[in-house]
Amino acid sequence: MTRSFRTLAIVAALAFGVVFAQTYVIGVSIPAATHGWTGGVNWWAAQTKARLEAAYPNLQIVINTAGSPGEQADDIEDLIAINRIDALVILPFESDPLTEPVASVKDRGIFVTVVDRGLSRPGIEDVYVAGNNTVMGQVSAEYIIGRLGGEGKIVVLRGIPTAIDNERFDAFMELVAETNIEVLDSRYANWNRDDGFIVMQDFLTRFPEIDAVWAQDDDIALGVVEALRQAGRDKDLFVVGGAGMKEIIKGVMDGNELIPVNVLYPPAMIATAIEITALKFISDVPILGRYILDSPLITQENAADYYFPDSPF
Amino acid sequence: MSQPEAAAVPTWRARLRRVPWQQLTPLAGLVLLLIVGSLIHPAFLTSTNLFNVLTRAAFIGIIAVGGTFVIIGGGIDLSVGSMAAFLSGAMILLMNALHGGAISPLGVVLIGVGMVLGSGLLAGAANGLAITRGRIEPFIVTLGTLGIFRSLVTYLADGGTISLNFALRGVYRPVFYGAFLGIPIPVWAFAVVAVLGAILLHRTRFGRYVRAIGSNQEVARYAAIRVARVRTLTYVIQGLCVAIAVVLYVPRLGSASASTGILWELEAIAAVIIGGTALKGGSGHIWGTVVGAIMLSLIGNVLNLTTAISEYLNGTVQGLIIIGAVFMQRGRQGR
Repeated sequence: MTRSFRTLAIVAALAFGVVFAQTYVIGVSIPAATHGWTGGVNWWAAQTKARLEAAYPNLQIVINTAGSPGEQADDIEDLIAINRIDALVILPFESDPLTEPVASVKDRGIFVTVVDRGLSRPGIEDVYVAGNNTVMGQVSAEYIIGRLGGEGKIVVLRGIPTAIDNERFDAFMELVAETNIEVLDSRYANWNRDDGFIVMQDFLTRFPEIDAVWAQDDDIALGVVEALRQAGRDKDLFVVGGAGMKEIIKGVMDGNELIPVNVLYPPAMIATAIEITALKFISDVPILGRYILDSPLITQENAADYYFPDSPF
Repeated sequence: MSQPEAAAVPTWRARLRRVPWQQLTPLAGLVLLLIVGSLIHPAFLTSTNLFNVLTRAAFIGIIAVGGTFVIIGGGIDLSVGSMAAFLSGAMILLMNALHGGAISPLGVVLIGVGMVLGSGLLAGAANGLAITRGRIEPFIVTLGTLGIFRSLVTYLADGGTISLNFALRGVYRPVFYGAFLGIPIPVWAFAVVAVLGAILLHRTRFGRYVRAIGSNQEVARYAAIRVARVRTLTYVIQGLCVAIAVVLYVPRLGSASASTGILWELEAIAAVIIGGTALKGGSGHIWGTVVGAIMLSLIGNVLNLTTAISEYLNGTVQGLIIIGAVFMQRGRQGR
């Protein structure tokens, strides 16, 4: 497909007598859209490709999605062999298995941008773009502590057992431990609505008194809300999710009392990474380094800035 | 003809001997879990908690009733979780599209339900025909459709989540959250599906054919049983059961995504096997499957109610109980 497109582009160029100075190819390798957040990553990647290719005719962006770390390693090989990429933007499925494949890309002199999940060995990538899981946990904790006045009982629903989840959880617990807030229990809800619903049902059975719920993720938060409604306990407490799902942001904008705020962990970070990488080929500005995106607290006042109704997430 | 005395007046000993003890082990496991649960937390035995558990068990349980037919018939269906996700997504999109037109919200929901039941039958028939007419192993066919349904729902959802229009949720919500005579609707549906399944499996010619094919397909063929048709029908039943589960599932959260129904196929198969059905086919009971599904749901519930076991070890405990439950049955069979 991309190959025939390239051929077509070259033929078209020759036909119009245009000589391209040079075409740069940026390969983008991301996980397939298996849940809401990665769905957002896919959407933002496609948006950015359309915008950059329209703005800069000498840029070509190839997006590959993979269902597993092994598949992603194969995709990288294909991007090099078939698409002959000049730069690679990769959101690694997992850090460890993809470290060596990406290192070998770098060894070929290809520009490497790593997104979200860092590689296991330092010094491979030219550019690193990521969200800040520690800050995300801290911002969530600060809001809950402030709202409860440093006192009360909360439950925590965790994601999938991963480094990302641990960073968020540890940062959250560290701040909460300094207060009189009691964490009744924490359980994994796997960043999944159904699991959020079930775990919350059981928390409600166990604990007659809950002042706040840290759900960490917007999908989990939606399941939690349904469980609260079912039990008729959706008053006198609040839920804090995270990531920036558009339905939740809309609710924050409209003054939803059950989920009053959100903490951003933007899937749009892939767009940031592709744009920065593109700068390498369209300008001479310095870009090398690490870009850590903030995880701001989204409230009714600033929610409009983070609301993207066209995104699937 | 002289009657043997024991048969005329059975002693309590003879009666006891006739009780199928080995078939009762799943029930014993269930009772054990109930005892453990009630010791762990005082709220465990409240009706709210027990209905929570039963309502959760309903999805997997209804799917597993269909799975009992497939597995007893010597087959396997790996596609049920993906099929449930796909049917959920398609149903929500259809209902959203119809909403706001000339049809009342209730009508829209009824059309959605009808579409899901019809599509479930078709999807099951597709699996069954590919297996029987196409002469492909059930494992391969349903592994293929597992991937197909899963990627179709991802495609329909554009990688995100498909959400039901809020105006329709109000109408549809009681199907999951409502109750009749104090018992939640999904529990009623589970009971009705289980009873109908039990009648079909244990009291009809079709049920006997399914067991005959599962224990020996060649002999069944020589006995003039239309093997291909009966086997196909087991997958159709499975498809219908998935559709019924979807009808109950969609009003719970009003959404479907690529992560809907993940691993439901393994939970359904586990429920069937814990319930005493042989994975190689030929014999099994619907009531065992029902107990198996409730047990799986109970294990998760009990683990959520205690801090005694680290949340990192949930899977270990679940695995041990599943293996233990099946070991108890098999261990007794040898004697």
